[in-house]
Amino acid sequence: MKLLKRLGKALLLLSAYPCGLIALLWFTFVLFHIPPGPALHAYKNGALGGGNFNTFYSLSETLVEATPLLLTGLSIVVAWQAGMFSIGGEGQLLMGALTAMSLAWLVHYLPAPLVTLIMVCASIAAGALWGGAAGWLRVKFNVQEVISTIMLNYLALYLVGAAVQGPLQERSRSGPESDLLPDKLLFAHLLPPAVTGGMIARLHTGVLIALAAVPVVWLYLYRTRQGFALRLTGSNSNAARCAGYSVSKTRLQAMLFSGALCGLAGSVQLLGVASRLDQGFSPGWGYSAIPVALMGGLAPGGTLLSALFFGALTAGANNAERLASVPAEVVNIVQAAAVLAVVGIHAWQNRAQLHAGE
Amino acid sequence: MHWLNFTGSVLLQSVISATPLLYAAAGEILVQRSGMVNVGLEGMMLGGAFAASLTAYYTHSTLAGLLAALLAGIVLAMLLGLFTLKIPADQIVIGVVLNLLVLGITGTLYRLLFTQHRLITVQMPLYFHKSLPLLTPCVAPCMLLVGWVLYKTRLGLALRACGENPESAGAAGIRVNLIRFCMLLWGGCMAGMAGAFLSIGNGSAFAENMSAGRGFIALAVVTAGRWTPGGCTLAALIFGFAGVLNFEGQAIGLGARYRALLAHMHLLDAAKHFNLAHIPYNLFLALPYAATLFLLMGTSRSTAAPAALGRPYRRN
Repeated sequence: MKLLKRLGKALLLLSAYPCGLIALLWFTFVLFHIPPGPALHAYKNGALGGGNFNTFYSLSETLVEATPLLLTGLSIVVAWQAGMFSIGGEGQLLMGALTAMSLAWLVHYLPAPLVTLIMVCASIAAGALWGGAAGWLRVKFNVQEVISTIMLNYLALYLVGAAVQGPLQERSRSGPESDLLPDKLLFAHLLPPAVTGGMIARLHTGVLIALAAVPVVWLYLYRTRQGFALRLTGSNSNAARCAGYSVSKTRLQAMLFSGALCGLAGSVQLLGVASRLDQGFSPGWGYSAIPVALMGGLAPGGTLLSALFFGALTAGANNAERLASVPAEVVNIVQAAAVLAVVGIHAWQNRAQLHAGE
Repeated sequence: MHWLNFTGSVLLQSVISATPLLYAAAGEILVQRSGMVNVGLEGMMLGGAFAASLTAYYTHSTLAGLLAALLAGIVLAMLLGLFTLKIPADQIVIGVVLNLLVLGITGTLYRLLFTQHRLITVQMPLYFHKSLPLLTPCVAPCMLLVGWVLYKTRLGLALRACGENPESAGAAGIRVNLIRFCMLLWGGCMAGMAGAFLSIGNGSAFAENMSAGRGFIALAVVTAGRWTPGGCTLAALIFGFAGVLNFEGQAIGLGARYRALLAHMHLLDAAKHFNLAHIPYNLFLALPYAATLFLLMGTSRSTAAPAALGRPYRRN
């Protein structure tokens, strides 16, 4: 019976969220005097196929756009469940990409698959370091992570800038960007053009890595001692302290793990999509991660779903910007409004329950 | 004499670069003293900057632009107040989401309205050989007003009570959430001013995401300044100074000195090999953010923070 209830609730959410998002999108278009019909059509074609688009191609776009959102969203889940309001996904992601890029020269000395592996591992380490820095500042100096992570984001951004105008600049030294990585380092594309009707779909191995991260995070949070300590610290740090857990250690651990996921997102994007580094490497995935995680109820499974929704939205937005010149920034508005609605409703329900209890 | 001029210009530039931080901090001091954390400061600044620029563009009046910026700040503050005081949801969550919302709205409108040309407007007057923006000296009375209200008025006493122990304040008949809401509106006003300074006060063009993290630096300023007007002014000036080192470094020929140093150490060839023979000016741009971290490391452990900071209050 309980299972049935939960299933019903999940189905309700599964249908309510997309409907709500589409309604918000439509409302936003109307608000900004964008003809909603053609715009929504362009969104649908870009995300799910139809029109000039092969279905597999569009779905691949959706998955590719969902990948960085999923990894950074999971990172937010880990940090926020520990009560660390990290906004540092962007910086951790950039540091991951920067570190991976700066190891690309190894390809002259080592076999390519090994170099790719080293790049991915190094990006994870770099992200963990950048996230851990914020955690260390919090537990050692009591610096609020909301502020420190933002500062670390900007530090990472300008480090990337210095790198792509310095040591990592392309060999012709003209633009502020790195050389393209050699093809043999990049992730393999998964869909052959035969399936997608001749269009080159961007679906790459990194998407699978991101999907694999979901059960890993779930197991960590709900099936390990550390995960329990992490959630307990987040919901009531005094209780965690009384239960004998070290709050500082747990917070630091959460930030390390959270940073690692974002660092991974950096190398996945670098090796799967961008294949070069510049200052515009990330269009703000680290910030979009927060609505993604909040819409997913700060749970790994929910975050997977909401990353897919927002991935579809982004894929659609890219298409609409190309075809109907609808600014892709609309996605930001829809994300923020959706979170305001969900958080607002949730808090309102809590309040109603409190009142009923009195 | 040259050095005197140089020092003067560095100081002036630091004050100008600190101005938006001073405005935003003047608002945020009272907000935080009343027990709220306004993480949406960044979004309010950006919203103010865009509203000011857009209004000035269509009306050709900087005064109208300034008023629009204040209005934008107030509207956003009302939204924040609705969600954090009335409902009440978590202040940090709502603040973060508010930033994203404003980023989306300004970005969308900017892209829709200004496809071919940039948003360039009239600019507020400049004094002293066109080097001092009008809004820079105007921040001083704002900061003094904050100090006066905070320490010399009944309102200040009441709002500090709301920040330290809202339950006692409520028991004493103070309407905690009303005071917090009013302080949020003041914070929104000041954040709007800071935004207007960026887009029409010290420049004449709007750029996407032009607040560039200054709202968050302002939050850091309030923490580093120990929630007092004097401390925050000092902290903001330090950040302003870090912000101008880039230009001043170029002015005194730091690039040539850097190369001379490299040559002296026989490192010029190695530096050229790694494309480091020029000063990486991006690292200068990173200075204010690094300075923020170091200043916070030194100041965050003390207990000067309002005791109820970020804690919602519910009347029984």
